[in-house]
Amino acid sequence: MTTVSPVREAEAPAVPARQKRRLPPKVLIGRIGIHVMLLALAVIYIFPFVVSVASSLKTNAEATQQPLRLIPETLTFAAYERLFTDVPLMKWTFNSALVTICVTLGRVFLGSLAGYALSRLQWRGRAFIFAGIIAVMAVPSVVLLIPRFLILYQLGIYDSYIGMIVPIIVDATTIFIMKNFFESIPESVEEAARIDGAGVFRTFWSVVLPMARPALITVFILSFQGSWNEFAHFIVSRQDPDLHTLTTGVATLVSGQLGSGNQYPIQLAAAVLMTIPVAILFFIFQRHIMSTAEGAEKG
Amino acid sequence: MTSLARPRSRGLRGNEGPFGWLFTLPAILILGTFLVIPILLAVWVSFSNWNGLGPPVGGQAEFVGAANYAEVLTQPGLARRDFGIAIRNNLYYVLFVVPIQTAVALFLAVQVNQKVLKARGFFRTAFYFPSVTSSVAITVVFLYLFGASGVVNGVLNWLRVRGPNWFADPRGVFHIVLSWLGVDSVPSFLAGEGPLGVTWWEWIAGPSVAMTALIALAVFTTSGTFMLLFLAGLQAIGQDIEEAALVDGAGPVRKFFSITLPMLKPTLFTVLTLGLIATWQVFDQIYLTGGGAPAKTTLTPAFLAYSASFESLKWGRGAAISFILFGIIVVLTIFQRWLLRDREGSRRNRRRRARMAQVGAMAAITTGGGHGTGGGAGE
Repeated sequence: MTTVSPVREAEAPAVPARQKRRLPPKVLIGRIGIHVMLLALAVIYIFPFVVSVASSLKTNAEATQQPLRLIPETLTFAAYERLFTDVPLMKWTFNSALVTICVTLGRVFLGSLAGYALSRLQWRGRAFIFAGIIAVMAVPSVVLLIPRFLILYQLGIYDSYIGMIVPIIVDATTIFIMKNFFESIPESVEEAARIDGAGVFRTFWSVVLPMARPALITVFILSFQGSWNEFAHFIVSRQDPDLHTLTTGVATLVSGQLGSGNQYPIQLAAAVLMTIPVAILFFIFQRHIMSTAEGAEKG
Repeated sequence: MTSLARPRSRGLRGNEGPFGWLFTLPAILILGTFLVIPILLAVWVSFSNWNGLGPPVGGQAEFVGAANYAEVLTQPGLARRDFGIAIRNNLYYVLFVVPIQTAVALFLAVQVNQKVLKARGFFRTAFYFPSVTSSVAITVVFLYLFGASGVVNGVLNWLRVRGPNWFADPRGVFHIVLSWLGVDSVPSFLAGEGPLGVTWWEWIAGPSVAMTALIALAVFTTSGTFMLLFLAGLQAIGQDIEEAALVDGAGPVRKFFSITLPMLKPTLFTVLTLGLIATWQVFDQIYLTGGGAPAKTTLTPAFLAYSASFESLKWGRGAAISFILFGIIVVLTIFQRWLLRDREGSRRNRRRRARMAQVGAMAAITTGGGHGTGGGAGE
C-alpha cells in the first residue's frame, strides 16, 4: 500500500517537470503516511540506545523505578566512575584494543595476500587450496568452540594473548572477498608493472593492493567490528581475569556480583562505552557500508 | 582460463608457483592448525571419555565408541532430556526469528528504497545501527529493557497491560494461550513421552516468555543487515521492476508479490539460509542471560555443548553435541535449498547470485559472528 508513489511517478513521465510538484491529495497523504510510519519505526530502533545512555546517568534506584525517564532526575556519573575504580575497565579496554589491532591487521594483510595468490597468480594447487578455503567457510563458528579449546590446551597456549589472537587472525571470508575483488582488476595493470621490472610482491604491494581500496575498507570494517565484538572465542580461549576483553569483562558485570540487585547503570554505562569505537567506525565509513549494497553490482 | 594457453616459460610473469604457495602459506597454516586439526581432535574427543585432565591425545583418555552420542540421543536420562529441551527451545527460536527477521528486513528495504522518501540515509542508518553493536552490549540493554519494571513493561503499563517478568518467566507462550482457552492441566493424550525424553506437552509449549525477549533481540539486531542485502537485490533489479510494472499496469501490492518478490528470490534464498545457519548457533545471548535460565527454557544446543564441556567436564558429550548441531545445520540448510530450489535456474539469476556473494559474505560476519557462518556466501 505504501508503494503507491513510485508507480505513479513511473506512470507519468509525460507530465512536465514543473507540474510534478502539485501532487494529487491521495498521493500526498500516502507519502506523508510512509514518512510517519517509518519515523515511528526508526524511533523504536533508536530508543533502546537513547534509554541506555539516559539510564546510565541515573542512580540505581531511579534507573530501576523510572526506566522511561529520558532526562535523569538526579544526573550522576557514578556508574562511569565505578567502571574505572571498582572494575578494571582500562585493562579490559587495553586487551580488546590489542586483540582488535592484531586481528584486524592480520586479517587484512594475510587475507589480501592469499586472495591475491588465489586470483591472480598461476600456480599448481590453486584450485585445490581455494576449494579447501570454501569448505572451511562452511563450518559454523559455534561448532568450533570446543575444538578450538582442545587445540589451545594441547599446544599449551590456552590463557595467552597468542591463543586469543592467532586462531582468529585468518578468516576465510576475508580471503573470499579479496579474491573476488582482485579478479575485477584488469590484468594489463600487473603486466605493466612487471615490464617495469617489479617482482611479484612489489606488483602486489604497490600496484594491485592500492587499487583494491574499496575491498580493503570492507574487510577492515568487518575485521575490526568482528574482533572488537567477539565474545565466544574469548570465553573458550582464556580464563585468566587479566585477559578479559571488554566483551567477556562486561559479561561478568551481568552474571557476577555486580549483576545482583538492580545495578543497571553500571552495566549500561559499560555497554555504552564499549559501543563507542564501533559506532565511530560506523559513522566514519557509513557511506561505504551503506553503498556496499548499491556497489555490489559494480563488484 | 586464458592463462593456461600461455607458453610454459611465461617470460613476463616468470615462475609464480613458489609465490602462490608463499602467499597462501600463512592462511593455510593457521586455518589448518586452528580449524582442521581441532575438528579432527574434537572428533576423537567425542568418541572418548576425556575429562579435561591431561592432554586430550596421548593421555589417559580412552576410546568409548559412540557412547557420548548415545547418551544424548538414545539413552533415557538427564543428558538426553536436556538435549531434547535444548533442541525444542532452539527450534522455536528458529521458527520465530527466521520468518520475522526476513519479513521485517524485506519490508524495511522496500520502504527505504523508495525514491520519494526523504532522508533515506537517516532511515537506513537508524535501522542498520543495531547490527554493528556487540552481542554483549545489546544483551545488557535488552536485560534492562525487558526487566520486571523495565522500559517494555513501562510502555505496556501505559496501555493498561501488566507485562510479565520477561527474563524470569519460563511459561511457554502456547501453554499460556491454551490456558486462556481453559486447558490448565496436561491433557492425557499429550502426557506421554515424545522424542528425546521430552513429553509431547513440553514439545508443544512454544517459546518461553523469556525466549520471546531473545527472539525480539535477534530480530532487532539482524533485520538491518538483511535489509542491506535486500536493498542490494532491489537495486540490482530496480530498472526491470519499473519497466515490468509499466507494461503490466499493476497496483503496488500486486507489483510487490508478482514482480518484485519473484525477482528477489535469489536474495531471499541467501537471507533465509544465512538466517537459518545463524539462529541454530545462538550462544552469546544464552550465556549472558543465565545459561538457559529460567528453568532451562532458553537452553540451546550450542550452549549445552559448552556447559557440558566446561562446566560438567563431560568433554566427549560436549564435542558430540557440537557435531550433532553441525549435522542439524548442514541437513536443514540442504533441505531448505532443496525446498526453495531455483527451478528455472536461469543464467540471469546465477549472475545476480554471484554479485550477491560479496554482500552475503559481509552479512554472514555481522549476523553470525566469526568466519563460520559465511557458508551461504560460497554459493
